[in-house]
Amino acid sequence: MRVPLSWLKDYVDINLPVEEVDRLLTNAGLEVKSIDTIGLPGAELEWEADKVVLGQILKVEQHPNADRLVLATVEYGAEETEIVVTGAPNLFQYIGEGDLTDRQLYSAYALEGATLYDGHSEELKKAKLKGRSLRGVYNRSMLCSEKELGISDEHEGIIIIEKDENSPDYQAGTPLVELFGDVVLEIDIIPNIARCSSMVGVAREYAALTGQPVRYPSYDVLMEGPDANARVKVRTEDPELNPRFAALIIDGIERKPSPYWMQHRLRLAGQRPIGVVVDISNYVMLEMGQPNHTFDYDFLRRRADQYAPEGPIEIITRLPHEGETLVTLDGVTHKLQPHNILVTDPISNLSVGGVMGGADSEIKPETTSVLLEAAAWNFINIRKTATQLGIHTEAAFRFSRGVHPSQALLGAKRAAELLRRLAGGTVAQGIIDSYPLVPAAEPITLNATYVRRLSGLDLSTEEIATLLGRLEFDVQTADSEHLLVTAPDHRLDIEGAHDLVEEVCRMYGYGRIPSTALSDNLPPQRGNLALEQEERIKDILVQAGVQETIGVRLTSRAVEALMLPKGSAQDAEPKRYVTITNPNSPDRVVMRQTLMAGLLEATASNSRFQERIALFEVGPVFLVQEEQQLPNEQMRLALVMTGQRDLSSWQDGKAGLMDFFDLKGVLERLFSILHVDVSYEAAEHPSFRPGRTARVRVGKNVLGYMGELHPTVVEAYGIRTEPKQGVMAADFDLNGIISRIPALFPFKPIYHYPAVREDLALVVSADTAATEVEAVIKHVGGFLLQSVQLFDLYEGGQIAAGQKSLAYHLVFQSPSKTLTDSDVRRQRERILKQLEKQIGARLRE
Amino acid sequence: MLAQLNELHAQSIERLNQSTATAELEAWYKETLGRKGSIYLLTRQVGGLSPEERPAFGKQINIVKNELQAAYDSRLAELKGSELQAQMKSSAIDVTLPGRPQPKGGLHIISQTMRDIYRIFGDMGFQIFRSPEVETDAYNFELLNFPPHHPAREMQDTFYTSDEDVILRTHTSPGQIRAMRAYYPEPVRVILPGMVYRNEQVNARSHLQFTQVEGLAVGEDISMADLKGTLTDFARRMFGAGRETRFRASYFPFTEPSAEMDVTCFVCEAKGCQLCKYTGWLEILGCGMVHPMVLRNGGYDPEKYTGFAFGLGPERITMLKYGITDIRHFWENDLRFLQQF
Repeated sequence: MRVPLSWLKDYVDINLPVEEVDRLLTNAGLEVKSIDTIGLPGAELEWEADKVVLGQILKVEQHPNADRLVLATVEYGAEETEIVVTGAPNLFQYIGEGDLTDRQLYSAYALEGATLYDGHSEELKKAKLKGRSLRGVYNRSMLCSEKELGISDEHEGIIIIEKDENSPDYQAGTPLVELFGDVVLEIDIIPNIARCSSMVGVAREYAALTGQPVRYPSYDVLMEGPDANARVKVRTEDPELNPRFAALIIDGIERKPSPYWMQHRLRLAGQRPIGVVVDISNYVMLEMGQPNHTFDYDFLRRRADQYAPEGPIEIITRLPHEGETLVTLDGVTHKLQPHNILVTDPISNLSVGGVMGGADSEIKPETTSVLLEAAAWNFINIRKTATQLGIHTEAAFRFSRGVHPSQALLGAKRAAELLRRLAGGTVAQGIIDSYPLVPAAEPITLNATYVRRLSGLDLSTEEIATLLGRLEFDVQTADSEHLLVTAPDHRLDIEGAHDLVEEVCRMYGYGRIPSTALSDNLPPQRGNLALEQEERIKDILVQAGVQETIGVRLTSRAVEALMLPKGSAQDAEPKRYVTITNPNSPDRVVMRQTLMAGLLEATASNSRFQERIALFEVGPVFLVQEEQQLPNEQMRLALVMTGQRDLSSWQDGKAGLMDFFDLKGVLERLFSILHVDVSYEAAEHPSFRPGRTARVRVGKNVLGYMGELHPTVVEAYGIRTEPKQGVMAADFDLNGIISRIPALFPFKPIYHYPAVREDLALVVSADTAATEVEAVIKHVGGFLLQSVQLFDLYEGGQIAAGQKSLAYHLVFQSPSKTLTDSDVRRQRERILKQLEKQIGARLRE
Repeated sequence: MLAQLNELHAQSIERLNQSTATAELEAWYKETLGRKGSIYLLTRQVGGLSPEERPAFGKQINIVKNELQAAYDSRLAELKGSELQAQMKSSAIDVTLPGRPQPKGGLHIISQTMRDIYRIFGDMGFQIFRSPEVETDAYNFELLNFPPHHPAREMQDTFYTSDEDVILRTHTSPGQIRAMRAYYPEPVRVILPGMVYRNEQVNARSHLQFTQVEGLAVGEDISMADLKGTLTDFARRMFGAGRETRFRASYFPFTEPSAEMDVTCFVCEAKGCQLCKYTGWLEILGCGMVHPMVLRNGGYDPEKYTGFAFGLGPERITMLKYGITDIRHFWENDLRFLQQF
């Protein structure tokens, strides 16, 4: 909300510098989002005291040589008056009116050399005022619009202030900065300070913070003429939804613009002046927070003639009938919902209560009598209605955050009195006031110990009472420890003692509360094993040269479907996803069920810039569960590797492209550090390339898959590859890994007896898996065999087709003696024999 | 003869010192101390001396021999050293050439920031508790004192799912209820990290997902003063020992009193700069005393227990620390971004 300090000062004295006002309000929860300075030193456009002054317009004549220019005689406190040439359209009405001195017309007058904004420029452009001849008349000064002074965007005409009994004592020549220099604070109205959605509301907080009283506006109204209650009757069908409906009738209103001071304030507060009736309505809402609405009284009366020719107008607030519609004053037809509370008469509806008026009953240019309504509405109902109808008016904003019914009467009276004074109306005797539900003010018991427990402040009941009293709370002492506190009407946010503690803290100052270290009992320390292991896995992969990524967890079915080439078995099965019903992008509609798709998208975008890509992500996927409201958020680990094995350098040639075994090496490192004993077996998976895919298991349990991705998948994600460049990927159930990390594992002793190394070159059939060969060697080698390492794989040449050669380093060592040649020979022969017997292996010649 | 020996000694030393290469030195050795060298030749002349003179001369010749040997050894070491030096100098490399590049992995910067947060709060006894990202309306809102249609719900644009009671959590706060329900009646001191979701347009300043770390402490003797102390300690460890904090009143449905914590700007040392919008302060986190209704929903009697809660955004902290101005970098996974950290 925009709060001009000049307006605020009507209700409270402000003597502190602006920075201090900002600090006080911000620390108390009224966050000042921005500060707009107008005319004063520090403003974007400073008004020089000797060059921009108040001028009085004494005479307006037609320019002798130009139809669209006038000559205005201006008195500005100097010895002689000055003639100003101007095209301001709002001066033409005074041509030929002769001497205007008694009309008391004032404007902003700028002398030669003053710096102003160029009123004809779209953006804010400063220019220095220079004298020049305009169609034969020399002009060296200017009457200004608000835009030229940086007050608002208004540039329809110059500022014209008609002095009246409500105006300050204007004197020509007074520096304008003294009269209209201002500061506008933009305050963020968060839900619990809805009470500050008005000048009085902000003034009340400022007054409490600085220990001053509030000067409330006068709510007196001069009523005369016939009795209003004989002319209008109000019936409330649902007091819960409409606790109060207050109304006054004002007759004989003159339709004209509102006075300059009101227009000026409205514009500073961000509202556009429209005419005196609407402006007063908005002004009262901004001033004291109660929204109000004016109906065309004559329209209501004409309708009443149909249902009660002799009787009063009947106003009924009710819920809609089935299928009822209403055209709001912006011309939109709304289909009403069962909860929309309406203001109606026996014939039809008139407005959506608290949200927006109807088109039929709105005031028209010829309207002279109005029914002024100020009501109270249920805030939740207003919120639902405003959201559902898509109407976000200033009134709906306030009502949907809560306005106390007590304010309705005050607002109605204030607006009626202003209509009387500024629009020449007569307020009919008597206030129509239907108030079926008076909220009960429940006192809250506040205990000094509780204040201390919650705030850490050691305050006496007297101190607490004083702090709350500044905010107009009614505080009674129950006993030495307890206070009975009743919140003022405007505090709808106070529900319990905890709310009062916040008020005590705000008034005492959050900054003055001490800072202490927690001294309460420490809970039992448990750690979070899953997270600790997860972090450890991330560290191991990072050390292996893989970069962690974090992807967007909202995706689309289409992006995930790219993982499964068309026609694959899984492709046919529709998946159930956690699906967003209000997405803001077609690409972000479901919660992901795989990490792979996001990683491949990242790989694709990186493939335009990187020669080597190695990425992993650890995170949840969201699997819909039968019979469960919430999905299974399964933690997974996925990796992608592609591109050059080594980064290119000035020194060596490239080491080639990464392949299956680069990825497998990273995985072996991971599982070896974790002491998870996994096995790899050839497998098929629709996302992976046939023949280069492995299933990774622990015992019988599958942890995931790894391999080279199917070229169709690589292409589908748009990953740029060189010829023969494969994209390696792996995808694991993370908890499957973590649950198999042993808490403890035995240390392997180091033996001191000499080790003997034996090489074994075997020929086996080409389809024999390396793990089978190794398994036999290890099994037969027994405890003497310390290690087995494949060091060569060879096919072709002397090796017959359909066969391959595998060569191993074997290391034998005994824990208890030095092995002899014959010991080793015996072991070697046993191994060979079993290899031949079990897998038909023979020694390579 | 003695004079001859002394002269030989002096000449040999001089020649030795003049030699500049190990090869020259080898030749000197041969001529001087070698099998047919000048010392040997002089020894052969001992026979020409009187028996009285012989012992003294023999002793002297041994001294000279030893001295020359020592001088030779030292000169040899010296020359070898300088020859090695010269050889090394001639095979110098350009040390400014780039090194052989090593493939580099890295933790995502948000993981790094998370770990900083874990460590600091871990030292204060806060344990890590994780809870679901897809949540029920009850946990995300109602149990946290956001009634249906409450204005506070408007502060968070929610993603709804096809099950009307299931939403994407808009904050990590539902974990407060889950942690309290898991730990009741023990005291609670947890941090709740994780991804949250808001229905916002993706642009430089907002994203539809971001991480949060919630903190919660519940016990029989926890006050707003403890909240200030704990979070000020956090701010000083996270942003530097000299940081000041400012707490100002704010609003969250699940805390009362509520506050925002600002930290003195660490870029300009609170003098005012673009980052802190010339206020000297950076907004870091929201916090407050746990609302009695939330305590009750977690199983704790607000007559007996109090607690504080806070929530902070690792992306915001990271952006402030490194001067990152576009939040989209975090989830784009561009290696040119990720590998800088």
